[in-house]
Amino acid sequence: MKTAVVVFPGSNCDRDLMVALELVTGRAPIALWHDDKELPEELDLIALPGGFSHGDYLRSGAIAARAPIMREVIAAAGRGTPVLGICNGFQVLTEAGLLPGALMRNAGLDFVCRDVKLEVVNTQTPFTSAYRPGEPVTIPVAHHDGNFQADSDTLDRLEQQGQVAFRYAEEVNGSARNIAGILNHRRNVLGMMPHPERVVEPAHGGTDGRRMFESLFSAFA
Amino acid sequence: MKARVTVSLKPGVLDPQGRAIHHALEGLGFGQVADVRVGKVIELDVADGTTESQVAEMARKLLANTVIENFKVDLG
Repeated sequence: MKTAVVVFPGSNCDRDLMVALELVTGRAPIALWHDDKELPEELDLIALPGGFSHGDYLRSGAIAARAPIMREVIAAAGRGTPVLGICNGFQVLTEAGLLPGALMRNAGLDFVCRDVKLEVVNTQTPFTSAYRPGEPVTIPVAHHDGNFQADSDTLDRLEQQGQVAFRYAEEVNGSARNIAGILNHRRNVLGMMPHPERVVEPAHGGTDGRRMFESLFSAFA
Repeated sequence: MKARVTVSLKPGVLDPQGRAIHHALEGLGFGQVADVRVGKVIELDVADGTTESQVAEMARKLLANTVIENFKVDLG
């Protein structure tokens, strides 16, 4: 399985994501720079990591979403290549228009950094097939702008079309309908605020994130 | 030549920062405030002859997130 992680100035979870991908796929991901003009051929996954790209200036993910590499990421997503955005990566995906809605300042205004309980809502995706439907999992969050908002028509559509991948099982940041992660209509793009790459081996204190990478691996191995 | 882009949250979009400021104003005794909304002003130094529609294009493509924000352009 051939994977790539896009690094923006200010990304800080890129290394953890690469370690998690290599652990599960057995192959080190290719690191791409925001200013790269083209993607390696035949990628099975493009992952956008967490962090504070461009200092979160203007809006979280806004500048990164207009980086040269993102034109290629958007084109690849259009061809069906799986794209995973975690935390700041999720913010970049909404800013780039690959996912609907927006991630706003947490309702409590605090930066939230702790383990949270989630429900896996949709397991019929290449990202979540190794989970059980409705399964409770614990994955950490660490964000200031994770409050997912969209108009009610969009929220209804996301729910009716199976585009909600993860829901918070507790109050975290004020997100509409407790949405923690969403898919595009084609289900090849997933954005989520929790950090699965931070819980992939027992020494991390949990392994509930590992099956996301195993799901992807089994889809492409 | 200056262009000023005022970005504001759309009506109905929750504004937790505005709410916190509202509470703080009430704490200072300003009981007459009904609501507070926080936006931003972006001032651009642009070439003479730049049109309002060109600046609006900048706002649509980058300066505002039109999913949640409205914008207003003032030239001059």
